Amino acid sequence: MTAPQVFFSYFAAMITGLSLLVVTRKNPVHSVLWMLLLFVHIAGLYLFLNAEFLAAIQIIIYAGAILVLFLFVIMLLNLRKEETEKRFQRQWPLGLGIGVVLMMFLVPVLGNISVVPPLGPYSVDAIKSEGHIMTVGKVLYTEFLLPFEIASVILLVAIVGAVVLAKRRLE
Amino acid sequence: MKYTLIPLLPLLSFIINILFGRNFIKDKAHWIAVPAVAGSFILAVSAFMDVLAGNVINLNIYNWIVSGDFQVSIGFLIDQLTAIMLIVVTSISTLIFIYSIGYMHGDGGYYRFFAYLSLFVFSMLMLVMANNFLLLYFGWEAVGLCSYFLIGFWFHKKSAADAGKKAFIVNRFGDFGFGLGVILVFLTFGSLDYAQVFGNAGSVVGQTINILGTDYDLITVICLLLFCGAVGKSAQMPLHVWLPDAMEGPTPVSALIHAATMVTAGVFMVARCNPLFNLSHTAMNTVAVVGGVTAIFAATIGLVQNDIKRVIAYSTVSQLGYMFLALGVGAYSAGIFHLYTHAYFKALLFLGSGSVIHALHDEQNMQKMGGLKKYMPVTYAVFIIATLSITGIPGLAGFFSKDEILYRAYLGGDTGKFLWLLGTAAALMTSFYSWRLIFMTFHGKFRGTHEQEHHLHESPKVITVPLMFLAVGAIFAGYAGIPPLLMEHGDRIGEFLSPVLGHPHGEGTHAEEMMVMASSVLVALAGWFIAHKMYVKNPELPRKVAEMFKPFYNLLFNKYYVDELYGKTIVQPVLKISDKVILGFFDAKIIEGIVNGVPNLIGAFSRKFRQVQTGLLSNYGLAMALGALAIIGYMIFMR
Amino acid sequence: MVPLSWYIILSAVMFSIGVFGFLARRNLIIVFMSVELMLNSVNISLVAFSHYLQSMRGQILVFFVITVAAAEAAIGLAILIAFYRNNPTIKVDEINLLKG
Repeated sequence: MTAPQVFFSYFAAMITGLSLLVVTRKNPVHSVLWMLLLFVHIAGLYLFLNAEFLAAIQIIIYAGAILVLFLFVIMLLNLRKEETEKRFQRQWPLGLGIGVVLMMFLVPVLGNISVVPPLGPYSVDAIKSEGHIMTVGKVLYTEFLLPFEIASVILLVAIVGAVVLAKRRLE
Repeated sequence: MKYTLIPLLPLLSFIINILFGRNFIKDKAHWIAVPAVAGSFILAVSAFMDVLAGNVINLNIYNWIVSGDFQVSIGFLIDQLTAIMLIVVTSISTLIFIYSIGYMHGDGGYYRFFAYLSLFVFSMLMLVMANNFLLLYFGWEAVGLCSYFLIGFWFHKKSAADAGKKAFIVNRFGDFGFGLGVILVFLTFGSLDYAQVFGNAGSVVGQTINILGTDYDLITVICLLLFCGAVGKSAQMPLHVWLPDAMEGPTPVSALIHAATMVTAGVFMVARCNPLFNLSHTAMNTVAVVGGVTAIFAATIGLVQNDIKRVIAYSTVSQLGYMFLALGVGAYSAGIFHLYTHAYFKALLFLGSGSVIHALHDEQNMQKMGGLKKYMPVTYAVFIIATLSITGIPGLAGFFSKDEILYRAYLGGDTGKFLWLLGTAAALMTSFYSWRLIFMTFHGKFRGTHEQEHHLHESPKVITVPLMFLAVGAIFAGYAGIPPLLMEHGDRIGEFLSPVLGHPHGEGTHAEEMMVMASSVLVALAGWFIAHKMYVKNPELPRKVAEMFKPFYNLLFNKYYVDELYGKTIVQPVLKISDKVILGFFDAKIIEGIVNGVPNLIGAFSRKFRQVQTGLLSNYGLAMALGALAIIGYMIFMR
Repeated sequence: MVPLSWYIILSAVMFSIGVFGFLARRNLIIVFMSVELMLNSVNISLVAFSHYLQSMRGQILVFFVITVAAAEAAIGLAILIAFYRNNPTIKVDEINLLKG
């Protein structure tokens, strides 16, 4: 195994293990903390794939914002009592079965996947010469300008929706 | 950027007015709308200057749709043809917006009016500036939508709401064909871009398309389908019925949409597609004949109508017929030239009649007018100018363009000669009903109520000043295309447009040109003479003539019963089928039979079946996952 | 060099774990987190494809996935809080308002 493959194997093993921890821990706070570690490893994988900016985004948005939101909600709801109860539903073996079958379906097929040319213009060297942020920015603000604007509208809707849903009715 | 702003300014005005109009802007709406269109006018003039300097602009702004080979962009093409249209649309819009400030003053939907009008201007500009068929189609449908909004602007009035619906539905017939045409263009050329389609037009000559077992010439089919849209939008036979009814809308709308701009979209579109039409003899002849027949058909109806706006509306239909006549004989630039002059004098006629209607408090029946000359001198003066222009008196705008069309028709072989005869006869009638309108409205004694007479007054400045500007246009617009007989190289507009539209075929002698010109001037004078005889000298005469040719008069007065024909053959059967078959039989017997006959079965079934709905998220998730698994399994193992 | 298929297999494994969590757990918050897990696994495959195809589109798509994920988390948790206020439980198998 070459060095990159060793690195990848480490990340892959960590990601798989951490994912399992996330879905099996009883205490949701533990799950969130394992997930934090998981996201850091995913960000590491992005660095590996020459997507520095995405790695940063992964940490800032996912770890910094979304996970904090989860933690916040868990604290807010004060779920101490529930920690003592069963963590899985009655149907959990079925869920496990579906997960395993899905994996068995996908892994052999995806194992043979490879890239078919033509390749695009954004080779590693091209991105390096310009910087990843600039490359992403150029594409985002030209070709994908309209979807980008629409995404901002989605966020606005989410803000308004969250406020409307979560506020108490003032009588 | 400059060019993008041309349609963007009216769009901004629409957005601001529609969002904030009801609560904040209210009767200040014109402070947003008028500067916006005036801005586009100024930009349009500068674009025109660019084109005049020899720059044809073709720029893609945004990739609208990318789907495999199908690529459509939002892009603008500003060539000579578009430049002229830009000037016509924006200049007339600006004047009419200003006019509307006075005309719509105090209306409850003031902000709404300006919002829709701005949206219309935006759509019309998109239509003329498009550089591909899909964007053209977008503008085409959008102007139709605005037209619907504005015809039914006073929606609490049933006739207005009905007229809006009628316009929309009748246009659907044409637009259906147009849509098919656009699709066929894509199938044939693999692109919707003007440049690519027109560039490859020559390569599909002789190809055929199989429709229901018969082979037709591909280009002809495409052209005729596109022309379908033009027939609907430009109110040609047999889809002309919506335009006279559209007069239910406010008068500025009639002037802007149903005289000067939107209805000429069909003419513009055919001229734009001239590389296609040139390849199909059949399509060209169809265009010419439809145009010629419409010209005379609408003119005859116009002879006997009594509603002032309807007379002008039929006149519009007839003039549009002239334009198609010109396009059909290959004289595209003559058609566009007439479009351009017609926009000014017809807008002037409409706005003038609006001024009259305003003064008489919404009276539109000419039989209750008369003698307005001394009350409304400015309106009278501009009306005279517009009438002289439309009847083709030498020296005014209408003369140059109409003469050019008739001359080109005359040179167009045997069919052309026949069309020339039709056109000249229509010119006689045009002259007659235009003067009849003047004499009935402005001459003689006032025939309305006493109270109305008491309130008669000239319209305010905000109405009369745009009229004067339009009058200037109605006089001088024609000097862009002086026939070669009168001045060497005088046909500047034809030269200007020739890179897009080409040169018309055929050369005539001076004598022929002189003959055509003289005959059209003669019929114009004859029209005036007859109208003067009947409505000024001898006011009893019209009634006697009507008595004498009673059946014929009734036929014309009832517009050849086209509406009734459509009512009997299309509208009523459809309603009857819906009522008797669908409602009476299908609904009552079959549907209700099923509903009432087997309720117990359904009830029993649902009682059993609803237990599937456990309401538990995980069960739904499980079902979804199993479904996904099944699909993945199918994809992997079965294929 | 790491082959593309490794990334995709990793993504598939992680996705399956997410599916398992979504179907098996009782705690609604962890169900949510499983959804985030699945989204992240898709992101991994998108970035990997983007890298190997030398195209930017995959990464741009990841941006939009993150945007939608953030919006989803905000709205989802807001719904959860609003629900908890009326009905103090977040056990998935005790929430059956939709029962027919």
